[in-house]
Amino acid sequence: MFVAAYWIGRSKATGMRNLATKAQPLHSLPRYYGYQMLIWCAVPAITVFALWMGLESTVLTKLVKLSLPDEIRNLPGGEFNLIINDIKNIAVGNISQSQSDPIRTTAAADYSINLGFSKWARAVVVLVAGLLGAYFGYKRITYSARARIFVEKVIMIFLITCSCLAILTTVGIVLSVLFESLRFFDKVPFSDFAFGLHWSPQTSIRADQVGSSGSFGAVPIFAGTLLISAIAMLVAVPFGLMSAIYLAEYATPRVRAWVKPLLEILAGIPTVVYGFFAALTVAPMIRGFGESIGLSVASESALAAGLVMGIMIIPFVSSLSDDVITAVPQSMRDGSLGLGATKSETIRKVVIPAALPGVVGGILLAVSRAIGETMIVVMAAGLAANLTINPLEAVTTVTVQIVTLLTGDQAFDSPKTLAAFALGLMLFVTTLILNVIALRTVRKYREQYE
Amino acid sequence: MNHTDPTDSETSDADRSSTDTLGMTRSDTTAKVKASIKKRYARERRFRLYGLIAILSSLSFLAILVFTITKNGLPAFKQTFIQLDVTLDAKTLGLGDEPDQAQLLKANYNGTIKKALLAQFPDVKKRKDKKALYKLISKGGQYDLQRQVMESPDLIGQSKTVWLPAGDDASGYLKGMVDVTIPEKKRRFKDNQIEWIESLKQDNRVAERFNWTFFERGDSREPEMAGIKGALFGSILTLMVTLILSFPIAVASAIYLEEFAPRNKWTDIIEVNINNLAAVPSIVFGLLGLAVFINFFQLPRSAPVVGGLVLSLMTLPTIIISSRAALKSVPPSIRDAALGLGASNLQVVFHHVLPLALPGILTGTIIGMAQALGETAPLLMIGMVAFIVDVPATITDPATVLPVQIFQWADLPEKGFVEKTSAAIMVLLAFLVAMNTFAVILRRKFERKW
Repeated sequence: MFVAAYWIGRSKATGMRNLATKAQPLHSLPRYYGYQMLIWCAVPAITVFALWMGLESTVLTKLVKLSLPDEIRNLPGGEFNLIINDIKNIAVGNISQSQSDPIRTTAAADYSINLGFSKWARAVVVLVAGLLGAYFGYKRITYSARARIFVEKVIMIFLITCSCLAILTTVGIVLSVLFESLRFFDKVPFSDFAFGLHWSPQTSIRADQVGSSGSFGAVPIFAGTLLISAIAMLVAVPFGLMSAIYLAEYATPRVRAWVKPLLEILAGIPTVVYGFFAALTVAPMIRGFGESIGLSVASESALAAGLVMGIMIIPFVSSLSDDVITAVPQSMRDGSLGLGATKSETIRKVVIPAALPGVVGGILLAVSRAIGETMIVVMAAGLAANLTINPLEAVTTVTVQIVTLLTGDQAFDSPKTLAAFALGLMLFVTTLILNVIALRTVRKYREQYE
Repeated sequence: MNHTDPTDSETSDADRSSTDTLGMTRSDTTAKVKASIKKRYARERRFRLYGLIAILSSLSFLAILVFTITKNGLPAFKQTFIQLDVTLDAKTLGLGDEPDQAQLLKANYNGTIKKALLAQFPDVKKRKDKKALYKLISKGGQYDLQRQVMESPDLIGQSKTVWLPAGDDASGYLKGMVDVTIPEKKRRFKDNQIEWIESLKQDNRVAERFNWTFFERGDSREPEMAGIKGALFGSILTLMVTLILSFPIAVASAIYLEEFAPRNKWTDIIEVNINNLAAVPSIVFGLLGLAVFINFFQLPRSAPVVGGLVLSLMTLPTIIISSRAALKSVPPSIRDAALGLGASNLQVVFHHVLPLALPGILTGTIIGMAQALGETAPLLMIGMVAFIVDVPATITDPATVLPVQIFQWADLPEKGFVEKTSAAIMVLLAFLVAMNTFAVILRRKFERKW
């Protein structure tokens, strides 16, 4: 239909152009009239379609609800939803009809009839909307119509909408995380969350069970996150920085051309692969080594997760510092070398201090990566929230807790799942602050030497 | 250095004319420099060595990672089969005279296989031994048999020689991964099982073939029957949604920001926002998806649609940033020329600038897609971790993706899943390497120096 609209509009305009005179020229090229008609046809059709799709399930469920007997309609929300789901499943044929009672079967039959009707009605309504729009658009193809201007305006609006999507995403993140967190802090006071030393989010189903009241003191989790990130940075910063210095200052262009992409492969490997590697190879290795020198090492030690995470972050640190180091003006190096300093002295006393803001910015970005990294710690770090600084023990992190709290089947409004959103909020805020500082520093640094 | 020393300044009065500001004679300085030069050069060499070590160890981490995965994963591409003579009599199968398809589906194929095994080894009498014997053939063997019988029901009543997949431990032994030197008690694969396998081997009843099962099947609880087809299709569907959504939106917003946006506070906010979004931890996007798409818009859990939506929000900043860089690299003279010939602003962009920037934009898109392909954490949040055997056909079917499949398999205790996990990682890495190579080729081929 859309293609047809375009062609009709375009051919009408082409015909008109052939008849056009100097006194009455066609304003735009024929194809713009085609586009104009396409827009007139497509926008109403798509809007109607989207509206219909959005409202369909609500309306249909309402209809089912009306047809059900009173005793079912008065059931509490959860049970009622279950029945509705049953009916829908029967209608689609996922559950055989023989297994259920007549009320559900008849309701399902009604539902599937309504569903079929809705499909037909939708097709008809969308078609009508499109045709009406197309007719209106067809009428607007005249000599003086400024089709190109119209089309360009529409495209411009589309472009602007798209670029605002980034803001919308951020707003979406903030709102979704914030709302759920507020609901969490309704149930658990903020001070308990931020300063409590004990984390055990298990809330039981019955009130009289052992350990029924979950406690949500997040300090051990924050400590665990910091410990693992610190280990990761201890690995990543020296290795990354030295690699960057060597690549930027010593390596020949040939070596650089080969080594840089190879290092970047490390950054391109999915984190789940690192997680598998940490759990399967590194953790047993550290454990075996620890036992051979008489240390007791937890099988899910913070050290293993931190080490592997450090390896993952090396290319991140190195490529950022590499950019920053190469941006230091050559004249500064020449000055130092001219005074008789060796190359390493130049690097340590001139280049690095000059590049320091940029390097620090890069490291901050890497820290925010380490804090937000999920899969490695989920697979290689433990679940037990220990408050310790011993890297050989198992600790847990914010991201691990979010994953374990949310992957189980839980009612959405239990404090357990809401706690995950509160942790998510902490994570988002922390990384956001780090990122803003880091990006600012790097940007300022760039401007300084440009 | 010692210009504060009073004796020095008093005694060397005559030398004062040739003393520098440090209060040293020139020959003194030279001597000092000469004495320290060896040390300084040694330090220089050491510094350089540190850099080299950093690079080499980073690269060796990469090598070790790839080597371990490959070593673990290669055996998974081979599958061992055992040949058996099965007698498909109706009695053992539990079938009547004229079985229909539904009865054939439920027939006792397992019993048939067990009988065939007992016929092969008539000396096995004890219950425990029998159980061990049955374990030689995979539990998936019965489905192979079922398929064959259902395709041609006239097989019933006949004897047939079939190749059935070997069980987990048996195939582990045949691939040489069972250490026979360990005492029998500590070993899962017992001595009598080894004996049977060896005798089957001597009858030429054992074969190793390329493991098509791995590519043709969905997930399974039996390692020898588990395949990645479901996950692969899930990944493809998810990536399709991601590409369709993120590419046009990202290009549109890049065009707006780079070509049309006025420099004001609003566009500054958008820009900072995009840069920040690129550094937000991926798991936060998962929280957004859970709260907004699943809880608010009621989209189906575990579906590629939701996965695609979340991943496209995540890849948007990456594609926008690289697209802007590509647009920026098109020289202004092209724009001036087109404008000079009377093109409108939008015509300039869409007819001239965009085609020239397209290779760069595509490169960025492919890299963004590669990132999305390897992403796990946000998909865990929206429930793509379910155990799903069926291959998804549409974007609303429950599905899982390759990295999540890897995560799930990595958690399973069976030994056979270690090799399956590694093999799945190899497939994932192969895809990533292919995508990145394609991106590099694209860049090399169309890169233009203006």
